[in-house]
Order: sequence, then C-alpha cells, then structure tokens
Amino acid sequence: MTLAVQDRAGATTPKLARLVVILAVLMLTMMLVSMAVGYAPLDIEAALSDALAGRKTLPALVLVELRLPRALLGALVGFSLGLAGAAMQGLLRNPLAEPGILGISSAAAFGAVVVFYSGLSATMALALPLGGMAGAALATLLLYAFLGRGAGTMTLILAGVAINSFAGAMTALALNLAPNPYAALEIVFWLMGSLADRSLLHVWLVLPPMLLGWLLLLSTAPALDALTLGEDTAKSLGFDLTWLRARLIGGAALAVGSAVAVTGAIGFVGLVVPHLLRPLVGNRPGRLLLVSGFGGAILTLAADTALRLAPIRPELKLGVVTALIGAPFLFHLIHRLRREV
Amino acid sequence: MKIEASGISLTLGAKPILRDIDIALSAGEMVGLIGPNGAGKTTLLRVLTDLVTPDFGEVRYDGLTAKTLGRKELARRIAFLAQGGAVHWSMRAEALVGLGRLPHRQPFAGENEADRAAITRAMTAADATAFADRTVETLSGGERMRVLLARALAVEAPILLADEPLAALDPLHQLEVMELLHRTAAGGTGVAVILHDLTLAARFCDRLILLDRGKLIADGSPGTVLSDANLGAVFGITAARGSEAGAPYLLPWRRLTSDQSRHDSP
Repeated sequence: MTLAVQDRAGATTPKLARLVVILAVLMLTMMLVSMAVGYAPLDIEAALSDALAGRKTLPALVLVELRLPRALLGALVGFSLGLAGAAMQGLLRNPLAEPGILGISSAAAFGAVVVFYSGLSATMALALPLGGMAGAALATLLLYAFLGRGAGTMTLILAGVAINSFAGAMTALALNLAPNPYAALEIVFWLMGSLADRSLLHVWLVLPPMLLGWLLLLSTAPALDALTLGEDTAKSLGFDLTWLRARLIGGAALAVGSAVAVTGAIGFVGLVVPHLLRPLVGNRPGRLLLVSGFGGAILTLAADTALRLAPIRPELKLGVVTALIGAPFLFHLIHRLRREV
Repeated sequence: MKIEASGISLTLGAKPILRDIDIALSAGEMVGLIGPNGAGKTTLLRVLTDLVTPDFGEVRYDGLTAKTLGRKELARRIAFLAQGGAVHWSMRAEALVGLGRLPHRQPFAGENEADRAAITRAMTAADATAFADRTVETLSGGERMRVLLARALAVEAPILLADEPLAALDPLHQLEVMELLHRTAAGGTGVAVILHDLTLAARFCDRLILLDRGKLIADGSPGTVLSDANLGAVFGITAARGSEAGAPYLLPWRRLTSDQSRHDSP
C-alpha cells in the first residue's frame, strides 16, 4: 500500500512536467506557423538566414519587422491572459472569473483611449501602450488602497465592478465627444484588439513588466491550492491572504495591463483556457497557472493565424475572433454549471 | 506544545462575542468545547488558531506570541479543521490531503519523501486510503470528512483544533471520528474539538469547556461540567443519566420551561 501511494505521488510530478513540455512545444510550433502565415508569400528559410547574417533583404525585413513581433506578442499576450485568468479563478474559487474582473483591463483600455483622444498617439509610437499601462497602474493603486483598508476578496470584486463600469463610461464619453467620426472609429477599432502592425519596440516595452507579472502570479500557486479549502484553512496553513491578493493584483496589472496596452482588449482567452485545461491538472489551481499560460499563448496564436488565413478583408480583429469562439463556449460552461448545481 | 489564552475578549459590531476568557490546551489531552449556538465556540477556536485577533487578551504558544513564532511556524504547530468542510475544486482525495503539507514546503518546491510519508500516515489513520484516487465530489459525507480530517492530520502538528467535525455524520461515522480524535490525543497531540453531542463529548473528552453567550461557564472533567445545574442554566434542558459497562453516560431528555431556565431572563 505504502509503495503504491509513493509510486502514484512520484508519478504526478513527471506527468505535470510532460504536460508543460508538450504545451511549450505546441506554443513554439504555433509561433512558427504564425510567422509562416501572412499576406505575402515568404520563404522562411531564406528570410531567416538573411536576417541572421544581417542582410537587410526584403524577406529578412518582413520576418523581423512584421512576422516576428506579431508571433512574439501573440505568445506574450496570450500567456499573460491565460495565466492571469487561471490566477483570478483560483483567487475567487470560481470558474467564471477572468483576468479583467478587477477592472485592470478596462482601466488600461481607457488609458490608451485617453492617449488616442488627446492626439498624443500621433506624436510618439509608444504613447499608446504607455497610456494603457498608466491606466492599469491607476486601477492598481485604487485596488491597493482598498486592500490597505483590509478589503476581502468580495470587496475587491465590487471595487473591480465599479472600476470596470467607470472606465467603460469614460471610454464611451471619449467616443461621444470624439472630434470627428474617424477618430471615434479609430478608437473603436483599437478597442477590438489586434496584433497587427506592432513592432519589436512593443515587444521590448512589455517584456519586462510581463515577466515580473508572471513571476508574481506563479508565486501564488501554493496559496491558491490552500484556498481550495476556504480562507480560514488557507490562513491556518500559513498563508497571508492580504499579501496573496496584493501579489495577484500586482501580477495581473503588470501582465494583463501591458497586454491590453499594446494589443487592446482580447476577451475570453483568460476565461476559456483555464477551464479547458483544469481537468488535465486534476483541478489543482496551483498547477493550472503555468499550464494556462502556455494554453493562452497557443489559443491566441491560433486565433491570430486563423484570422489571417480566413478569406475576409479587412482583417478581422483578434478580440472579435476570440469572442466569437469564447461566447458560445461561455454558454456551454453556464449550461454545464447549472446542471452540476 | 501548550496553548494558553488569557483575558480574551472580542466584540463584533456592538455584540460581545467573547468575554474575558482564560483557557489552556496541552499536549496529549482531548478537550471538548461545548455550548449552545452562538456561545462563541467557533470564534474562540479561530482566536486560538490566530485567524482573528481578539480586542483584549493574548494567546501564547509555548509562551510565545503568534507574531514571534511567525506565520509558517504557527501553521506547522497548529492544524485547523474548519466547520462545513467546503472544497471548492474537485481534487483527488490524496492531493487534498497533501495540502496539509503546505506549511512544510519550500517555495517553488514539490512534495518530498517526508511529505509523502506523512500523507500516507494521515490517510491510514483516518481510514481514507481506499478512496485516495477518487475526486472529492464523488465521496459521501462521511468519506469526505475522513479525507478532510486526514488533511488536518497530515500537518502532523502538535495541536489539532477541529470545528464540529461530527456535523452531518451518521452514528457510525461519528463514533469513528471520535475514536480517531481520541487516538490522536493519546498519541501526544493536544486536541480541542467543538461538539454538540453532549453524550459523545462526555464519553470521549478528558476535559470539557462550557461556553455561554461569550462567557466561560465551566472548565473541568465531563462529570463536573455537565452537572444538572449547568445543563439547566446554559442549555435549558434536563438529562437522563445511566451507565453502560461501568461508564456513565447522559442523554438530553427534557426541555425546561422558561421560568425554570435562566436562559430567557435578560
């Protein structure tokens, strides 16, 4: 009996490692596919050898300036959304939670809209993402202020609802007061979310905050596992819940805030991916984190590749495609949850 | 390991929950916390686990405060079994028991040999090995309670605090859980358990602590605490008493009318 238990326990870790490796390989494959797919035919091999040799040929430029940033951002943004979604679902102990539930995404979107509206976006390439990050930071400060007054998870959700509706209202106000229809249209299109026409500059801008955010989110794994048994038991197992919430808010703000700031709002990835992968990790919220990160990257890259392969022009917005996949899935999820109750 | 709480008072809103309570719990003894609904039993247990900070008074663990001990060290010394037994994600029973090892883990490290051995011991003790691979939602109420108890035992803490572990269990499982707690105490662990069943409390506990409306009414052997006077004054009941194989027992028998009971007077 003892042996059997040890065998089983020993087998779970390699199983998790195998799953992570499979997902990582899938993600890298999707990145390559994403780079191979585009509007102009591109000889990847030739482009790669040119780029590596430092020859500024046209294929090399297309690869480095267009395809590579798009694939890298797809992976980074998708990873952030999947990971943050899994973390929020773990914190709230609810499969319907998503990365934007605390209002960080809509605050980031509003920050970017302000930049659009003020015309700053025309003066500087990075003004838009920086504005988005400022919006996310503002929402984070607000949430931290609540946390400092000893707010529990329920208070944070309510604060998130308030931030969401306020940022939404302010975004609508900006549209309402837009100087001309084109400006409004530009804002609306940006809000739909897209990976098109981003540069390596964007990648370098979001990489450091995202990596830091991922670390913060991944560090919550044991505490999220403990939360399975409720807040009192988690505390009795030695976890400081305020510190946990602070790390989750900070991590989500860094990872998702910068994702939204660069690509606009891409919905449903953070909701759908953790739910799909949960059975593969035995419903353990801690193990779901890293796995959901890779899953989010795969789904985002796949959606972004699909919309370029689809014979629809102008190109569909990424946020539209993920919502088209995600919304029916949400119906399915609600239907199933209702049956379980 | 010894917990000493002195002068504990706690008010929530305008309602006093605990009023100037002194209690102690030592290794190897099994203490039952009894009292009517709303007496403050759960809050007292949460104060002892350092889940809430009292307004007045302090709790010392082997003479040290929770702050000096540190969160992780306290978690290794006190295992807490919460009321209700909510499990939010349907994990495998064995993984759930493994959560009891979290206070012993290093950051970013997995389970080691010692953890796995502790999990096996806890599941064997709680007789939960048979459903190690089942998910929690497929377990019956009694099986689930055994898994949750195994989770608390897996901490291998010198103190175990359990809040109503018998709730919703059938008589067989009630006896099983009480025997398990008794064995755990006999093995050197200090056990405090909140109970509503006075018969089982009297039979299995070395000592009983009786609370009423936030006040400590009695603290001593089951025989002295469960006197007719205490039962009448606190619970508003009389008891039928007898003995089985030399051991005395009591059964709640009749409710006292309001003029006989102190309870309804202000």
